[in-house]
Amino acid sequence: MKRLINLKPGKSGALFLGLLPFLLILMIYMAGSQARLAENEKDKLLPSFSQMGDAVHRMAAEPSKRTGKIIFWQDTVSSLKRLGLGVLIAATIGLLLGMFTGAIPLVGASVSPLLTVISLVPPLALLPILFIVFGLGEISKVALIAIGITPFIARDMLQRTGEIPFEQLVKAQTLGANSTQILSRVILPQLLPRLTESVRLALGAAWLFLISSEAIASTDGLGYRIFLVRRYLSMDVILPYVAWITLLAFLLDYALRVMNKKLFPWYLPGGAA
Amino acid sequence: MQRLAILLFTLTLSSAACAKESFKVCWSIYVGWMPWSYGAEQGIVKKWGDKYGIDIEVVQINDYIESVNQYTMGEFDACTMTNMDALTIPAAGGVDSTALIVGDFSNGNDGIVLKGGKDLAEIKGQSVNLVELSVSHYLLARGLESVGLSEADITVVNTSDADMVAAYGTDGVTAVATWNPLLGEIEAMPESQTVFDSSKIPGEIIDLLVVNTETLKSTPALGKALVGAWYEIMELMSGEQDASSAAKTHMATASGTDLAGYEAQLASTEMFYTPAQALTLTNSEKLLASMKSVAEFSFDHGLLGNGVPSAEFVGIEMPAGTYGDETNIKFRFDPTYMQLAADDKL
Repeated sequence: MKRLINLKPGKSGALFLGLLPFLLILMIYMAGSQARLAENEKDKLLPSFSQMGDAVHRMAAEPSKRTGKIIFWQDTVSSLKRLGLGVLIAATIGLLLGMFTGAIPLVGASVSPLLTVISLVPPLALLPILFIVFGLGEISKVALIAIGITPFIARDMLQRTGEIPFEQLVKAQTLGANSTQILSRVILPQLLPRLTESVRLALGAAWLFLISSEAIASTDGLGYRIFLVRRYLSMDVILPYVAWITLLAFLLDYALRVMNKKLFPWYLPGGAA
Repeated sequence: MQRLAILLFTLTLSSAACAKESFKVCWSIYVGWMPWSYGAEQGIVKKWGDKYGIDIEVVQINDYIESVNQYTMGEFDACTMTNMDALTIPAAGGVDSTALIVGDFSNGNDGIVLKGGKDLAEIKGQSVNLVELSVSHYLLARGLESVGLSEADITVVNTSDADMVAAYGTDGVTAVATWNPLLGEIEAMPESQTVFDSSKIPGEIIDLLVVNTETLKSTPALGKALVGAWYEIMELMSGEQDASSAAKTHMATASGTDLAGYEAQLASTEMFYTPAQALTLTNSEKLLASMKSVAEFSFDHGLLGNGVPSAEFVGIEMPAGTYGDETNIKFRFDPTYMQLAADDKL
């Protein structure tokens, strides 16, 4: 029966339909950019792709006039360091907190309500407090990322611990395992792949906190650069930076997915995470 | 498809392109621009608009840089900004801009503060918190020059102006460069010592009303109305006691302070209450030297844009002469309208 809901695109058709929105956006951008550049060739709002290419080349291949360093890579390394450190701290604390709260009822009773309340505090609202306590340096930037996503990861881990079938714990006990063994041999291995999933979901928020903290006070970083050149409307730098951040975010997510697949092949049926 | 897209973009983004009888002016909170708030609310701007048969809408923008960007994008026909930002944002972006009103220059309104220090030379080796690439940054560069240091001797930390006062309160921050009213608040904190301020480089940080050159050319009435309204407000501000106090109190309230606070800010601002005063600076050789210094700073910090070969790339036309490329004049100081006001011909 030829009804709209029964029409399915073929393999190449699906690819085409998937690319179509991207192509449309690109075309609209190019047309708009051309129209504005025709009117004013130095227009800064919608730079052409060659202007953006020049800007990227200038920042990624030529040393800066002021510091002698290559800005683009310096920004990337600084930002990834902050992000990596913040996420690592958050993942470690989140895992331990979630596991102990979920597996040991005595800990759970006292920590769980506090965790729920803390997770409701918007981290960006804490930013002014953070830099009064930790200063404006690296610590407060890493702390914002860590504080921002730890409650999320901890709550997720808490829930996942609760999902582990009680039968497994009973079985381990009948085999003579003590509490430490149950935690390290039964619960922890099952939580690790879920931790990776949780971190993948938290990365979006982590980026947000990274950029926000770099916008406030910084000497380098991807977010810093965007907020700096905003002062003179340098869209030819801002747009490639946004694209680069998106690509980095995608690659990080992809790397975690592959890692999960390699380290915990039993985690999902067929190993497809 | 392409045509439709062009249509969409031209409609949404370059509404300034079409001819119209109404104009939009934007301003942001700063001691020297508060008169626009007063003029708009007391109907002075409207009165002058009516006199020349045009409609002028005065819009306040909370974020200064956003207001300059909006002007550059063509959303506004005129906007308040400093000489440096006018050069690096609209002019470097190819939007031919004219400084219609030279309103005042900073005479202590921008400063460098050290925590526990006495002398600017002590800044060597410290981290300095400031809004990078702003006039504070320019002031810092000029200050460092005066004591034989360069930016390589310090570390510049970009800090949002919204967080400056709180940042200064933290232990790690030992030096800041900022402007009023933030400067005043920081100076009031213990151990603060202002070691350099804009009164040492008079006439270099200038506050302007900038108008799109093409719009001004096609509608000189806009220039006349704005200049007329401005000097009426200036006369009120500097005139007899009661009216002046009332006007200043209005401006003080609108900028979130009181009359005493506003007077204190005015004290470090060299306001040009009469067109003659503004013309003296506009027509002077000194302006030529100041703009050269501003253009060189902007070029050294990459503010003039991509692939720009030298500080002289953007031409700046001034009554005393032209600095930079005469075939690429994008920034003009035009004394015509202020002269009309001085001659009482508006």
